[in-house]
Amino acid sequence: MIVKQLSVFLENKLGRLTELTKVLAEHDINISAFSIADGTDYGIIRCIVGRPELAYTVLKEHKFSVTITDVACLIVPHKPGGLYHALQIISNNNISIDYMYAFAAEHDAVVVIRTESTQELIQILQDNKLELLRSGDIYQI
Amino acid sequence: MFWNKEIECSSRDELHNLQSKRLHNMLLRMYNNVPFYRNKFTELGIHPNDITSVSQLSSLPFTYKQDLRDNYPFGLFAVPQQQVVRLHASSGTTGKPTVVAYTQKDLETWTEVMARSLTMAGISNSDIMQVAYGYGLFTGGLGVHYGAEKVGASVIPISGGNTKKQLQLMEDFGSTVIACTPSYAAFLSESILAEKLLDKIKLKIGVFGAEPWTEEMRSFIQNSIGIKAYNIYGLSEIIGPGVSMECECQNGSHIFEDHFIPEIINPDTGEVLPEGKLGELVFTTITKEALPLLRYRTRDLTTLHYDTCACGRTMVRMGRIIGRSDDMLIIRGVNVFPSQVESVLIELAETTPHYTIIVNRENNLDTLEIQVEVAEQYWTDEMKVLDGLKKKIQHAIANLLGINASIKLVEPNSMQRFEGKAQRVIDNRKL
Repeated sequence: MIVKQLSVFLENKLGRLTELTKVLAEHDINISAFSIADGTDYGIIRCIVGRPELAYTVLKEHKFSVTITDVACLIVPHKPGGLYHALQIISNNNISIDYMYAFAAEHDAVVVIRTESTQELIQILQDNKLELLRSGDIYQI
Repeated sequence: MFWNKEIECSSRDELHNLQSKRLHNMLLRMYNNVPFYRNKFTELGIHPNDITSVSQLSSLPFTYKQDLRDNYPFGLFAVPQQQVVRLHASSGTTGKPTVVAYTQKDLETWTEVMARSLTMAGISNSDIMQVAYGYGLFTGGLGVHYGAEKVGASVIPISGGNTKKQLQLMEDFGSTVIACTPSYAAFLSESILAEKLLDKIKLKIGVFGAEPWTEEMRSFIQNSIGIKAYNIYGLSEIIGPGVSMECECQNGSHIFEDHFIPEIINPDTGEVLPEGKLGELVFTTITKEALPLLRYRTRDLTTLHYDTCACGRTMVRMGRIIGRSDDMLIIRGVNVFPSQVESVLIELAETTPHYTIIVNRENNLDTLEIQVEVAEQYWTDEMKVLDGLKKKIQHAIANLLGINASIKLVEPNSMQRFEGKAQRVIDNRKL
């Protein structure tokens, strides 16, 4: 249930993000989810892509500072209170979220969550009958 | 190991007598052959015959880099052109180049002090030595080259740059010694690790110099590729590399005082400072024929120590160069040397020794920005960790210098690597 996320450290320089996406495009790597955390002089790109190991290798070859991070992808109903219900369970179990980002599809929304222990988070979510995306599924989105 | 044990371990008294004799001879040669010095001595009412002891040195006038420029190109030479067999020149980035000359005997002296230096670092005819200093007008390459041949090492005159080739020959030829600038050595170390060559190379000794560097940089290079890194010091005006060299104690560099007499002075007043005090290093060349220099102001800041070294050498040791008086940045009234910033960055494992210092002036206030690479293995995808690192660097700089610097983290391997002398300071202030 662990999903591999790519994290890329990017300096705030014009065109740097374009270069990153160019490398992915040229290797036919699809981006399923994407977020930017922006600092004053650098940003961190976090994304879920198809074939993360290949993406990691080609980005390294192009001298990007990239790491692979474990995250969980939770599916919540795309309606009021959907996210609230899930977060309630997470906070009641004393789990702090390092960061998260989400995208909504037709009926559901997918929330990418990073915590200190992804394994523990997945266990709790499963115990509470919350639905998780398998890595195989998300890379296809 | 000693190349010339008799002189390197001679008593201070013997050395003193030798220096006095040689100083007197040099002053005579200057007086007779160099109008610049003759006029200077006449103006000050000094005659070389009045100077019979090295203890009178402090009564003599200084020579400045500007004097070499004013007498460009050959005005300070003490021999006719027919006796000059080699010319070197500085890059001249700040005006006309500085020209230095050698007679056949000067080249022999240079080879001798370089042979002593390399032997001091344990280099012998069993070594294969890659000389990655620039060859050409710069004295680094050829100076080290002649000394290395003298001690019988197998010399690879590869010159600076072309890192791929450096690594290839290091692996194929089994080089045991590398000589280059410390900043290039740091880059080579990284490249060796990145190419996973550590098990395939036989490098054991590094001879690094031509720019100021820190103890922290030494540890970084020594620890990353498992060699012993020695500091060599020199400047072309005095002879080139081989003015002083570190022994196995790595506790200061022995100056070859039978050829070069050092003094430490207060750069503002010119007054000679007592042993151990930090000040500007001044050299008098007592055997140079083509270009003898009297009390030449190096602008390098360091200390001198006269106690006998554990290695047995009696020759005075100079401490690390803290900086050059003209490298010193005055930021909001505080004296800052790039080497201080470097030592902070290297002590923090999370950053690499690749950095740029940028000084600006905004609304009449100096600002200090330090751009530094995050070490690959410490790079994380959590912003709070990276922001924490920025604060940590800022705090360490503030502790040392008392200045708040703005820290900019840049991507690993994105800073320029230097194959010769590093350029790490950008001062945008119009002062």
